[in-house]
Amino acid sequence: MQVTVIAESSKEGLHPVTAQLVGAAEAIGGTPTVLCAGGWGADEAASISGVAKVISVIGDCFGSFDGGAWSEALNSISEGDVIIAAATPAGREIAATMAAMRGIPIVQDATGMGPGISVTRPIYSGKAIETSTVGAPCAITVRANAFDAAGGGGSADVSTVNKSADVAVAVREAIAKASERLDVAEADIIISGGRGMGDPANFSHLEEIADIIGAAVGASRAAVDTWDEIPHGMQVGQTGKTVTPSLYIAVGISGAIQHLAGMRTSKYIVAINKDPDAPIFGVADYGIVATWEDALPALKAELGKL
Amino acid sequence: MTIAVLLKQVPDTTAKISVSGGRVDESAVSKWSMSPYDEYALESALQLKESGGGDIVAITCGPARAAKMLTDAAAVGADSLLHVLVEDLNGLDSTHIQTILAAAASHCDARVVFCGKQAADTNAGSTGPGVAHLMGASCVTMVSEVVSEGDSFTAMRASAGGDQRVAVSAPCVFAFDKGTTELRRPNVRGIMMAKKKVAETLGPSDLGVDTSASSVSVDGHSPPPEKPPGQRFEGADSVAVVVSKLRDEANVI
Repeated sequence: MQVTVIAESSKEGLHPVTAQLVGAAEAIGGTPTVLCAGGWGADEAASISGVAKVISVIGDCFGSFDGGAWSEALNSISEGDVIIAAATPAGREIAATMAAMRGIPIVQDATGMGPGISVTRPIYSGKAIETSTVGAPCAITVRANAFDAAGGGGSADVSTVNKSADVAVAVREAIAKASERLDVAEADIIISGGRGMGDPANFSHLEEIADIIGAAVGASRAAVDTWDEIPHGMQVGQTGKTVTPSLYIAVGISGAIQHLAGMRTSKYIVAINKDPDAPIFGVADYGIVATWEDALPALKAELGKL
Repeated sequence: MTIAVLLKQVPDTTAKISVSGGRVDESAVSKWSMSPYDEYALESALQLKESGGGDIVAITCGPARAAKMLTDAAAVGADSLLHVLVEDLNGLDSTHIQTILAAAASHCDARVVFCGKQAADTNAGSTGPGVAHLMGASCVTMVSEVVSEGDSFTAMRASAGGDQRVAVSAPCVFAFDKGTTELRRPNVRGIMMAKKKVAETLGPSDLGVDTSASSVSVDGHSPPPEKPPGQRFEGADSVAVVVSKLRDEANVI
């Protein structure tokens, strides 16, 4: 079965989730061809083990993001029965648009895939799991960190195709990020604060710890809704970002059902809360009953020793 | 100008989801609400109307219970309501839903469509881009704000590199993220007026959409896997122990 993998890449190169997409393609017994929009990351993609070929798609439309134009250019090249992309905002949009162009169904945010094609995905932000059977042709997006990455050492052929499409979404102004901090959706370690932090200024303690261990700083919905200083981009939970880092540290977060929905599939969860009955302890691998004022200086000191 | 706002009624984000007989038990859902991102789409459409004029038609595809959500939309200012009645949305795949909603927008002569970036139940995010393609419209996702500029629009969208202000012309679809905008609440007059507003109710076949065949079949639902109980520690003195466990037991730092 031919599988088209839409690489997650940018001017900075190939995103590591791409090797996981190749892993997902192999899980359904597929032969993956990787398409690199804008040509970014093509050489890196060729070194992923199991990749049959890489097509570097270059065209004027890849100068800025227009999901419709990108999809049109990529769709004209894709020969796969199954399209696999990452369940990022851009990946979801491209996969959905390509599916609509082909009149095929799409299943988003798969966390498990097998021959058949059997797809497992969280619904209601993880409050339930759905298993479905999807016939090819179809499109599937895959959640980051849900699949083992295919290894390196591959040497697939890279061909370059010049293909563009009319751009209908024109960028008038790019506004630099307010902070250069790592995004929670990208991070392998996240330290999040809730309303228990008492004041948005106290998030600086979380940032200091994040800097030591290369973590992103997140927040609960309560914190985002209460304090203007905490932007929605930091929100983890059902109306924020759903995250699956290796380590999630929740500080002063009680664990409302919406928050748990967004982070419960993290590999390891540490909860720091002064309330021993806080629901967050129900999902924590390591729960520490303490105030953040006591626990964070100790955490900073211990992590600094590593 | 007619702006179509696509709305979905979903279990409230505070509601528990229970699974019975291998399916999510919808009868056990304590509260149904408008999907949160759709609320931002509706609010932005109302603001656009206030600044530039136009009519807002609220469209939903769903079972009879979703009529209440359309009435809620009318109470805050939606001018007309279209309900495409489908009793079991689980029986439809993404292609069906998108085809129905694109046909519904066209039925209302809407060339501008506002929707949420994803629904709070399926969490997919396929509808906006799919409807856009079927309408021959351009699509902007992750939108927090839309302003009309003559015949075209500028929208603020989030991207990996930071926010961007982008320009598009109709026909176009805007899929909304949660914004900083305060959502309006209905006033008494709005609620009274909304009670008198009758939704146009159609079936998929009235819109010329065939929903019989699908290559997607839902095999079942299950509750999320239970985690084994974790280890509990008292007081900040235990931080050192936890850090050593994260290093040696969990291998994550």
